[in-house]
Amino acid sequence: MQTMMDTLSSYGWDLLDKTGEHLYISIAAIVLGVLVAVPLGILLTRIPSKAADRFISFVGILQTVPSLAILAFLMPFLGVGVVPAIIALFIYSVLPILRNTYTGVMEVNTSLKEAGKGMGMSTFEIIRKVELPLALPVIMSGIRFATVYLIGWATLAAFIGGGGLGDLIFDGLNLYKPELIVLGTVPATILALIANGLLSLLEKGLTPKALIK
Amino acid sequence: MLEFKEVTKQFEGNDYPSVHKLNLKIERGEFVVFIGPSGCGKTTTMKMINRLIEPSSGEILVDGVNVLKQNAVQLRRSIGYVIQQIGLMPHMTVGENISLVGSLLKWNKEKQQKRAKELISLVDLPEEYLNRYPHELSGGQQQRIGVLRALAVNPPLILMDEPFGALDPITRDSLQEEFKKLQREMDKTIVFVTHDMDEAIKLADKIVIMNKGEIVQAGTPDDILRHPANEFVEDFIGKDRLLESRPEVTRVEQIMNPNPITIEEESSLKEAIQKMHAKRVDSLLVVDESGILKGYVDIEMIDSNYKKKNQVYEVMDTAKYAVDKNSLLRDTMYRMLRSGSSYVPVVTDNNKLAGIVTRATLADMVYNTIWGDETAEGSAIE
Repeated sequence: MQTMMDTLSSYGWDLLDKTGEHLYISIAAIVLGVLVAVPLGILLTRIPSKAADRFISFVGILQTVPSLAILAFLMPFLGVGVVPAIIALFIYSVLPILRNTYTGVMEVNTSLKEAGKGMGMSTFEIIRKVELPLALPVIMSGIRFATVYLIGWATLAAFIGGGGLGDLIFDGLNLYKPELIVLGTVPATILALIANGLLSLLEKGLTPKALIK
Repeated sequence: MLEFKEVTKQFEGNDYPSVHKLNLKIERGEFVVFIGPSGCGKTTTMKMINRLIEPSSGEILVDGVNVLKQNAVQLRRSIGYVIQQIGLMPHMTVGENISLVGSLLKWNKEKQQKRAKELISLVDLPEEYLNRYPHELSGGQQQRIGVLRALAVNPPLILMDEPFGALDPITRDSLQEEFKKLQREMDKTIVFVTHDMDEAIKLADKIVIMNKGEIVQAGTPDDILRHPANEFVEDFIGKDRLLESRPEVTRVEQIMNPNPITIEEESSLKEAIQKMHAKRVDSLLVVDESGILKGYVDIEMIDSNYKKKNQVYEVMDTAKYAVDKNSLLRDTMYRMLRSGSSYVPVVTDNNKLAGIVTRATLADMVYNTIWGDETAEGSAIE
């Protein structure tokens, strides 16, 4: 315990710094993921479902590539630092958001889409006024899922010089200081839990009143 | 109002066209019901009007303009649309649902709300319902809102795709009646798709029977029941219905006695008694000088009040059930037999006395129906 307190006092500022970096990498990746995956997911609902399924399987295969390998693989192209770290994490955020957007929008009752279309809604109006509000709970849970995982995986960013709490963990590994590993891990876990809680609240806030059971 | 010219729809991968060289003219204010077995092309025909399905060839003209020459989104906003699955947006309140097309047309909030209040009063639902969500309403109430939504921006033409098909029979019945009344009042042109012959007979001005993408017969319900064009139509209507067709399509006006025995409300009780005696009846319909039905008076009322009152209007009973002369005999018969009264006065729209239907009238009709059947069957055996 004493060593824990010592480490904390000597790495205190460093810890804050690293936590900030960690958050920055994770949030940048998730925002990028939402910006790409939500429109892409909606686009997929407009093409034949066979092609859409194939595309999603393909993205699914990307997801199974070990994250360490992706980071290593990106290095020759993007070098080291924050940007490649964000891009690697972004790749992982795409699948859950994409899949949930696609499923959520597809699950919106077809008769509602037909009613909307028959009453004279443009494609954009159907997306904005019918599909998105009704698919929102499903899309949001995809985003939440992706965020929680990304905050965990962001520790790997340290491997390619992206910084974040991973730095502390790697230092701990290299210097045989288990307390440093703990110092990197616990905040990452807490961040993930807080993000999960906040996004749950947001999800509730954004879900149309009538749909809350 | 609406015209089909050689309209054909061939879906890819089908051997036969779903709709084949269809020609039809629909006049303003007409209630047209498309009916036929599933896959006959009735729904396809309807959906081509608002371009949910595009015709392969031919022209559809709404008010003389080819629908394909119009912007599809604008066109659909100008045509009301009601579907079987109702399709109310679950995340919007009833009021927002009614105002949906208004909001697409960028009506301001006050105009939308005013219109929603106006409309909901038409179907006897309280105004508070505007703030509720669709799932808080029963199926019948939801479809009432579905109909109101189609009426919201007051389109002259409304398309209805089996709108009452998913409702239970009692709810369906009352919605049909309510809607027919609304349609008459508002003078809308309705294109209605159904597979329920009872519904078609009840609602339609014109029934269009379709099979395999073509029109088999188009005409008034009366026409089609009396003169089915071929065996397909006969089978589709059903033999039972052809036999029962008289009460089904006969209007009260056609069988009523147009000369009921009446007395003016200002007459004295003495005159009333004399009239009853002369005509050998026990009750009289009371009218005012312009022939408006006021009530009735019978011999018991006169007997118990003879010493105290002088004029007919002082003793008459004003609460007497009357039927509209345009209503169907089928409905009237049912109500009359159930209410147990021996006669029903028949009135015009403005409550003017037009005639009377008595139990004897009904007996005549039943007699004719049975007698007609027996001679038909008898000759068949011989």
